[in-house]
Amino acid sequence: MLLDMFARNGRRSLDWLSGVGAATLMLFGAIVAVPNLRKSFGLFISQVYVVGVRSLTIIAVSGLFIGMVLALQGYTVLVDYGAENSLGPMVGLSLLRELGPVVTALLFAGRAGSALTAEIGAMKATEQLSSMEMMAVDPLRRVIAPRFWAGFFCMPLLAAIFSAVGIIGGHLVGVEWLGIDGGNFWAIMQAQVSLTEDVLGGVFKSFVFAVVVTWIALYRGYSAIPTSDGISKATTDTVVQSSLAILGLDFVLTVFLFGG
Amino acid sequence: MSTRKVEIWVGIFVTISIAALIMLAFKVADINASGNGDTYELKAKFDNIGGLKVRSAIKVGGVVVGRVSDISLDPVDYSPVVSMAILSQYSNFSDTSSVSILTSGLLGEQYIGLSPGFIDETVDILKAGDYIEDTKSALVLEELIGQFLFSVGND
Repeated sequence: MLLDMFARNGRRSLDWLSGVGAATLMLFGAIVAVPNLRKSFGLFISQVYVVGVRSLTIIAVSGLFIGMVLALQGYTVLVDYGAENSLGPMVGLSLLRELGPVVTALLFAGRAGSALTAEIGAMKATEQLSSMEMMAVDPLRRVIAPRFWAGFFCMPLLAAIFSAVGIIGGHLVGVEWLGIDGGNFWAIMQAQVSLTEDVLGGVFKSFVFAVVVTWIALYRGYSAIPTSDGISKATTDTVVQSSLAILGLDFVLTVFLFGG
Repeated sequence: MSTRKVEIWVGIFVTISIAALIMLAFKVADINASGNGDTYELKAKFDNIGGLKVRSAIKVGGVVVGRVSDISLDPVDYSPVVSMAILSQYSNFSDTSSVSILTSGLLGEQYIGLSPGFIDETVDILKAGDYIEDTKSALVLEELIGQFLFSVGND
């Protein structure tokens, strides 16, 4: 009984460890390989289109609405203390430090990560990856690497767009609708937001999230069981695991970047 | 989707993102405002600095002329020493100038108010590293209430 329990735990730990090892090997094989720049650049660009450009709408629209809601809710609390002029730094700091990188990463995991997993899973199910190997084309370089770099490149850019659009949304609600002085909104925000700590800290966060989300999505697809059932499970795993990883990592990163 | 169209869209995406980053850097964080110009350093000793922080503003008549660059304790008499980075364009303060720690509004941020002293041939102009002698400490609300209660109790 007891030994069975230990054995089960041990098996799970070993499975998990070997999964991490396989994922690391996959990533290593994909990013360390010396790329043929002229050929890979085209692949990279088309992946930036799939991963980045197609996520633009959802990122911009969510950013706008989140900024607007932040301004609206912040205003109702701040106006009680006559501090509604601090709405600017409140919206700016919360978007740059937390909501920009985190919500972008969550949306990215749902919008682009799941698509990456499903695509690679389907490639595996239709044995495209095996045929590439047959033709002496390394699928890690040809399929995984451009997608990884595209995710790594796009996420911080998307997060920057998210924060900028969100601040414009906050400006719309705070200044145009609720009547805060526009000069105060920008001036107090500029006095409180620091370029190195807040803006670059947020960009650093989204680079970390980019690696984690793209990595999980690619590995889940690459290791998917090549059946329709397996691909559906892999896609679900991608979204669940990357969301949890983002939220957990965000706490750790916040402690290191802004805490204490 | 032809390659050309993909390239155009990626170009637009990258341009928008860079525009967003530039907006975050200049419009939101304002890299120009916080001590990026040439500054020189003045120091002042206080009895109590209250809630003053590094990067707090230094104002002359409400105009920001610099920021607090460092706060430390004097190694000998353990009184707080505030270093102030003042923009070089305002380099004509005499040693009769005084600094006091003020609060914007009742509960607002604390900042340093610098009042320029008179200038004639008997006074020197402050140079980098000089101490401003005439300082007024922060108003600590709790001490004020304590004094008030004490004086009420005496009546």
